Amino acid sequence: MMKMKRIALAVALLSLPLFAQAQSKVKVGLMLPYSGTFAALGAAIENGFRLYVAEQGGKLGGREVEFFKVDDESDPSKATDNVNKLIKRDNVDILVGTVHSGVAMAMARVAKDSGAVLIVPNAGADGVTGAMCAPNIFRSSFSNWQPGYAMGEVVAKKGHKKVVTITWKYAAGDESVRGFKEAFEKAGGQVVKELSLPFPNVEFQALLTEIAASKPDAVYTFFAGGGAVKFVKDYASAGLKKTIPLYGAGFLTDGTLEAQGADAEGLLTTLHYADSLGTPRDNAFRLSYAKSYKLQPDVYAVQGYDAAQMLGVGLAAVKGDLGKKAEFVSAIEKAKIDSPRGTFMLGKSHNPVQDIYLRQVTGKENKLAGIASKALADPGRGCKL
Amino acid sequence: MDLATFLIQCLNSLQYGLLLFLVASGLTLIFGIMGVINLAHGSFYMIGAYMAFALAPIVAATFGGGFFSTLLVGTVLAVLMGYLLEWAFFSFLYEREHLQQVLMTYGLILVFEELRSVLVGNEVHGVQVPAILSATLPLGEVMTYPVYRLFVSGVCLALAAGMWFVFTRTRLGMMIRAGSTNREMVQSLGIDIKFLYRVVFAAGVAIAVLAGMVAAPVSSVYPGMGNQMLIVCFVIVVIGGIGSIRGALLAALLIGAVDTFGKVLLPSAAGVLVYVLMALILLWRPDGFFKAA
Amino acid sequence: MSMKTIFVFTCFAALVLWPLSAGSYGIDLVTKIMIYAILALSLELAVGTTGLVCFGQAGFFGIGAYAAVLLSPQGEAAALWWLLPACVVAAGLYAMVVGALSLRTKGVYFIMVTLAFAQMAYYVVHDTSLGGGTDGIYLTMKPVLGDWLDLDKPLVMYAFTLLGLMLAFAFLSLLLRSPFGRALAGIRVNEQRMRATGFSTYPYKLAAFTLSGAMAGFAGFLFAVKDGFVNPELMSWHQSGAVLVMIILGGLGHLRGALIGAFAFALLQELFQNEAVFGAFAKHWHLGLGLTIIASVALLPRGLVGVLGQLRERLVGRPMRRGAAPIAEVRP
Repeated sequence: MMKMKRIALAVALLSLPLFAQAQSKVKVGLMLPYSGTFAALGAAIENGFRLYVAEQGGKLGGREVEFFKVDDESDPSKATDNVNKLIKRDNVDILVGTVHSGVAMAMARVAKDSGAVLIVPNAGADGVTGAMCAPNIFRSSFSNWQPGYAMGEVVAKKGHKKVVTITWKYAAGDESVRGFKEAFEKAGGQVVKELSLPFPNVEFQALLTEIAASKPDAVYTFFAGGGAVKFVKDYASAGLKKTIPLYGAGFLTDGTLEAQGADAEGLLTTLHYADSLGTPRDNAFRLSYAKSYKLQPDVYAVQGYDAAQMLGVGLAAVKGDLGKKAEFVSAIEKAKIDSPRGTFMLGKSHNPVQDIYLRQVTGKENKLAGIASKALADPGRGCKL
Repeated sequence: MDLATFLIQCLNSLQYGLLLFLVASGLTLIFGIMGVINLAHGSFYMIGAYMAFALAPIVAATFGGGFFSTLLVGTVLAVLMGYLLEWAFFSFLYEREHLQQVLMTYGLILVFEELRSVLVGNEVHGVQVPAILSATLPLGEVMTYPVYRLFVSGVCLALAAGMWFVFTRTRLGMMIRAGSTNREMVQSLGIDIKFLYRVVFAAGVAIAVLAGMVAAPVSSVYPGMGNQMLIVCFVIVVIGGIGSIRGALLAALLIGAVDTFGKVLLPSAAGVLVYVLMALILLWRPDGFFKAA
Repeated sequence: MSMKTIFVFTCFAALVLWPLSAGSYGIDLVTKIMIYAILALSLELAVGTTGLVCFGQAGFFGIGAYAAVLLSPQGEAAALWWLLPACVVAAGLYAMVVGALSLRTKGVYFIMVTLAFAQMAYYVVHDTSLGGGTDGIYLTMKPVLGDWLDLDKPLVMYAFTLLGLMLAFAFLSLLLRSPFGRALAGIRVNEQRMRATGFSTYPYKLAAFTLSGAMAGFAGFLFAVKDGFVNPELMSWHQSGAVLVMIILGGLGHLRGALIGAFAFALLQELFQNEAVFGAFAKHWHLGLGLTIIASVALLPRGLVGVLGQLRERLVGRPMRRGAAPIAEVRP
């Protein structure tokens, strides 16, 4: 009798995997900053991602989603270890991350070598969909080049001829300024000085004095987070706001308006999202997000939300079977993502081809002031896809 | 660089140097008098900034006070906090070797950062400049200089003068200086050295917190602001000579100048210059500019 | 064979057998920890043995790592036999220069000057084009030794690192028992007395500092080869602080303390980040880590190595054997 029971148990256990295959959860590994300067951004991205999954009833492509999280601390030197935690220890099927470009590049490297699917929900390093591009790497956010290029066109159209740029000396700053310079100089303008200070130094006074001494027509800048708050305030208190117009990539005023107060009033920035797009899709998203998290969403939440959408599209196309890599990839490549920012498709290098909006700070919002650049595609330099 | 710009840059460098001095003076005090290396000093600066942000609405609601009331309340809280911290934690560090102090205070940085994250979150915040100080002075045709920055420099100078006065002209200052030279002798003269140390520590913490509060409107409030301040402060304290307020002032002004002009003249070397300076000065004078004042 | 030797042999035996039961993640993790153990050993030579509290060890670590990437030819695998010594020598040279200049200072000034030199190296790779800036640079192909040693394979990397760790440990053990090592111990305990007996202490201190830096460079080389990626944060003072925590956690003055400390520190970090244990609070894992560092320094003055001895003293009241618990004294 015991023997029969044992055999029955063994048969039952052995056949379990057959059942498990169809019902098994898809493992999504979130590698985001949960501590440090970018923690708020990491939280917003995760919220956005989870919101989409919840809206689909917790399932993507017919499979339930299981989350694994690792805190990348925005530290590139720990990046490879952290990615390996998700890939080798937790055996995730999909990698999602991250905010810091250096960490994202390391993730892209591992993804490129191992073939794991990576969806980048923020880091704008041009290289992720440039030199490091691969069929299994996607981005749901932007490339640093895009908002910069769009602003270059705007500033040129406004008739400014001489511009000084100022930013931190790191990849995001350099690439943003490069994008701006490309469009601005193509339209006949001239970047007379490119000022920079080491990241994350925020003592701007010396350079503000330099700007005043150079007397340009306008200033273009890229800063984010605490640096953005301080720069905008310092720029205003140095009296430059009244004399030399300031333009920036959207991160200058995103998530920082409460801290910047009146000093940010009227600033024009470019980004692929704005606070009052007013489209039905955006309104529905904002309502849903506010209900779930008691917070207003920002561009990072949208990027997380769209990363989940892209994954959902891919999984639906292969009915949850990640073994069919080629179909998965081509489904996402061909998809029209119905994003709160507006519908977009992915370009050849897997970066969103999207409208870059011109926004103006009005009160506590980045109000839509027009479209700076329609369906702007990142050139994907160095990408061989 | 024309003369006008040069003068403005000098003003910038002076203002930055004075703010650095304010934070570093607390560090050199604690370090010089009690011989404790406190890596968590930058955290006090951060706590000050976050206090300015978090206390402002509470102070306004409770007794309708503005910026200056918040400063007062914050300073009182800081003194209390410093007193408690010394009693609960730092008093155990006096007997320990420098390495252990480094590590325990390094652990303290992590604890403070995380507590801040739990209590106040990780967002970036701004603090409004009080209305009476929000005017600006015109400098040249294009630029203006905010009066508030002059106020900050004024506070730093006032505190420096106050510290000098207390140290050199009061009994308390005399006891403190004696206690740093010879702890046992002071104790055998009947002076309660433990209480003295507690007072000095609380003062050091309060100065750093005050610096954070006063600087908050110009520096904004964000995670990680303490770390940047910390390393520069240590450089200042070491260059100036541990325990020397005079030395800290001189070193802070020097660093302010190097940082300001370095950014403008040699931007790619700006980060290294401060450390090259420190290495050079220490090689010329291994104990810093002045020995303990 | 004393308890200490048995303990060390058991540890190494466990490390040799580990790949048999561990998955690919386990092998990866332990390779990384062993690299940090070599780094900790290098710092132990400077701090625990000679009493030179260096707060800039990450600088030498980073130089070894960056040298590995910068000296490797683009697009083809470098030859191990010259790349490895080159990295070690590069780090050693910088350590010699730093040592020559810093050893003129004492006490906390020494700590700060070593920090300054590490920061200088950090800013050179962070702010100039030499090091590829904040995003770091990649190693396109891992070095090989002829046809039979390809460090691209994880198991080979593991074995190579383990061999490196064992050699480093053996080297330091022998060094400490030699007259040179005895002199270093004497300098740590009382430098004035050493000088009074006619010893010229400066060359010994410089030699120890240089060796320590060179060994840190070796760890850096391994790190760069393993990850295929280097980044300025390798040289940050947080990294220097972390290594100091490792050797104090393990137990200052003992080579096996460096080993234990490296493993304990890495495992503690894993523990505090573990959601299964801490739930939603796991994202505040820095808090747990900070408290542990404070507690371990306060309550375990002899580190984990001395835990057994401390327990024994508590229970039995018998004092520890003399040779087992020296405490490094930092001279004022």
